[in-house]
Amino acid sequence: MAARKPDPVQSALDFERSIVELEQKIGDLQELAEHTRMDLTDEVRPLRELRDKLLRQIYSSLTPWQKVRLARHPLRPITTDYVNLIFEDVIELHGDKAFADDKAILTAFARLGDERLMLVAHRKGKTTEERLAANWGCAHPEGYRKALLKMKLAEKFGLPIVTLINTPGAYPGIGAEERGQASAIARNILEMSKLRVPVISCVIGEGGSGGALGIGVCDHLMILEYAYYSVISPEGCAAILWKNSDRAEQAATALKITSRDLERLGLVDEVVPEPLGGAHGDHLKTAITVRDRILSRIKELRKLPLADLLSRRHERYRRIGNGEDLVQAVLEARARGGRAPEERVEAPAGSTQGAEGEGAEPRGEERPSGA
Amino acid sequence: MAWVRFRKKDMPGGLWTNCPSCGEMMFTKDLVAHFLVCPKCSFHMTATVDDWIKFVADPRSFEELYTDLKPVDRLDFKDKISYGEKLAKTAEKAKRLEAVTIGTARVGGRDVVLGIMDFKFLGGSMGVVVGEKVTIAVEMALERGVPLIMICASGGARMHEGALSLMQMAKTCAALARLDQAGGLYISVLTNPTTGGVTASFATMADVILAEPGALIGFAGPRVIQNTIKQDLPEGFQRAEFLLDRGQIDSIVTRDKLKDTLFRCMQYLRPVDPAELQPVAAADLEAASSISSNGQEGKGRKDKESAKKAKKGERAARKEAERGEKGRPDAGEQDESDSAGEKRDKSKKKEK
Repeated sequence: MAARKPDPVQSALDFERSIVELEQKIGDLQELAEHTRMDLTDEVRPLRELRDKLLRQIYSSLTPWQKVRLARHPLRPITTDYVNLIFEDVIELHGDKAFADDKAILTAFARLGDERLMLVAHRKGKTTEERLAANWGCAHPEGYRKALLKMKLAEKFGLPIVTLINTPGAYPGIGAEERGQASAIARNILEMSKLRVPVISCVIGEGGSGGALGIGVCDHLMILEYAYYSVISPEGCAAILWKNSDRAEQAATALKITSRDLERLGLVDEVVPEPLGGAHGDHLKTAITVRDRILSRIKELRKLPLADLLSRRHERYRRIGNGEDLVQAVLEARARGGRAPEERVEAPAGSTQGAEGEGAEPRGEERPSGA
Repeated sequence: MAWVRFRKKDMPGGLWTNCPSCGEMMFTKDLVAHFLVCPKCSFHMTATVDDWIKFVADPRSFEELYTDLKPVDRLDFKDKISYGEKLAKTAEKAKRLEAVTIGTARVGGRDVVLGIMDFKFLGGSMGVVVGEKVTIAVEMALERGVPLIMICASGGARMHEGALSLMQMAKTCAALARLDQAGGLYISVLTNPTTGGVTASFATMADVILAEPGALIGFAGPRVIQNTIKQDLPEGFQRAEFLLDRGQIDSIVTRDKLKDTLFRCMQYLRPVDPAELQPVAAADLEAASSISSNGQEGKGRKDKESAKKAKKGERAARKEAERGEKGRPDAGEQDESDSAGEKRDKSKKKEK
């Protein structure tokens, strides 16, 4: 796969430009040094220091929107890169055995270090041709069904599952709707919640809504530092709430979609740091970090008895997003059999129906809270 | 029939109501008695939560539960106004705190758990509390061993709660997985419109999926699709009839026949013995799964279970025979939850 390498200067984001220019200068100097056999170390060193300083400066104050753009960076490592760099003995398994082979999702046997596993990953493609075939990482229902089929296969033979998430979202098209995009995603979510093998997911770039979650229900969710995970694309959100997709920058901030925000909200388990300057600056280093982290998690999860693994995953999603207040409110409501507190001052008017209801069976005791 | 998008002014309010589809003017009172369906063109108008209770539940049988769970602005979200403000305004208008109402009811005399979504409440969007209430409804159906009926209407996951909303898809589906494993019945009714994260989670994961005529049902909204593919959408695209034709739903049911259909479905999907649909405790389910997959893990549990079984021997054996008739492939799991059924509460206490 000799993909044409995109030009680093051309693909540089606006806020990266000064760095890329410096890097070019450093590169030129080094080339010159090689050609002329002159010692230019003293010339190069300050430039490098300047670059590092700039990098630190820029990367320590990235806005959420800048992070979204990093997650979509044309040079950012994608599934193909991870497959080439860290996965070995890969055997791709095609097709949903019903309709088609969706190129937007890769499913394959793969070995990571000493672990054989099932790899399920969004695929965006490197070349224009690949990108077209993969719909820029937007999967169709057959992609999700293929993923489920292979995950079931992994379950049957006790292979842990690793999913790499990188999609702008599930494909919104006529065929996708006709073939049940929604129920394909829902089915995956439901089935993944009870897979009897460890499932580890890592958001490596874009975590676009249901399309991401469709292969993202797991025991351990990792996210790269400059990846994002959102309920809707910032552009989509801006178009709906601000009636103007140019407000994407604002929406990106409001949606709290950066890795650190998600960590704070308790939605991701682990933020995987990227090299200074982002994953696209050092594919290998990023990939190795991802590999090591996934491996150590697989080993931890393997130690859990199956019943614990399953109940842990269930609990993880049972509690997900529940703030302390809600947990408390549910507990209290449960204790009252779900009924509103006696003094009905605050009770909404619609609930008067309930006062007359005799339908409810008497409930001696409540199940201890699942939360 | 011309397909008409939902508009606020389409909702019946005054003495007279115009059909948003054919323009027919009707006496509102008559209209309500006719399930808010236009007698001329049979357009199904948007019904309120209270209307739905009347349409589906036996008179005075609905008891609304978990009314006081209140959404919070966890993200400090602000577009034109803050999410908190928006919530307060919406709640005041809707006279409810969230976009879903859950409770217990009877349908044709059968106990059910009923959930009703309200599209007028921020587009029926699913945030944390909606996800929580749907999950509680699923768990109630599981614990009580009664069918779950969800009347769905939603624009999808709620943007104002960000990825917290997204994860509610997983929360509700994980709960449904358990209801399904326990053999519980879940029927969903997709009304206009049901799209996005709700369609891509609990709405389509029912044992039986019914839809209202003309209801817009899909993953992506039609405008998003149009903007993506830059083509005109086919006639009737994403409407219930379109989905039925493409094999995505079980049946389209007019509103006047809905309650009857629900009841008749429940008659078919009804255990021979009322004790059949035993409430199953979560822990027992896990034990069941651990045994069938992994001999060593389940062993301890198995011993416990067999002890229980000895106690309830006769009854369990009878029920097992019934299960056999039904020919469920996962008899092992069933068997497990079976003996757990009635003893659940006692054993729970013991474990404590």
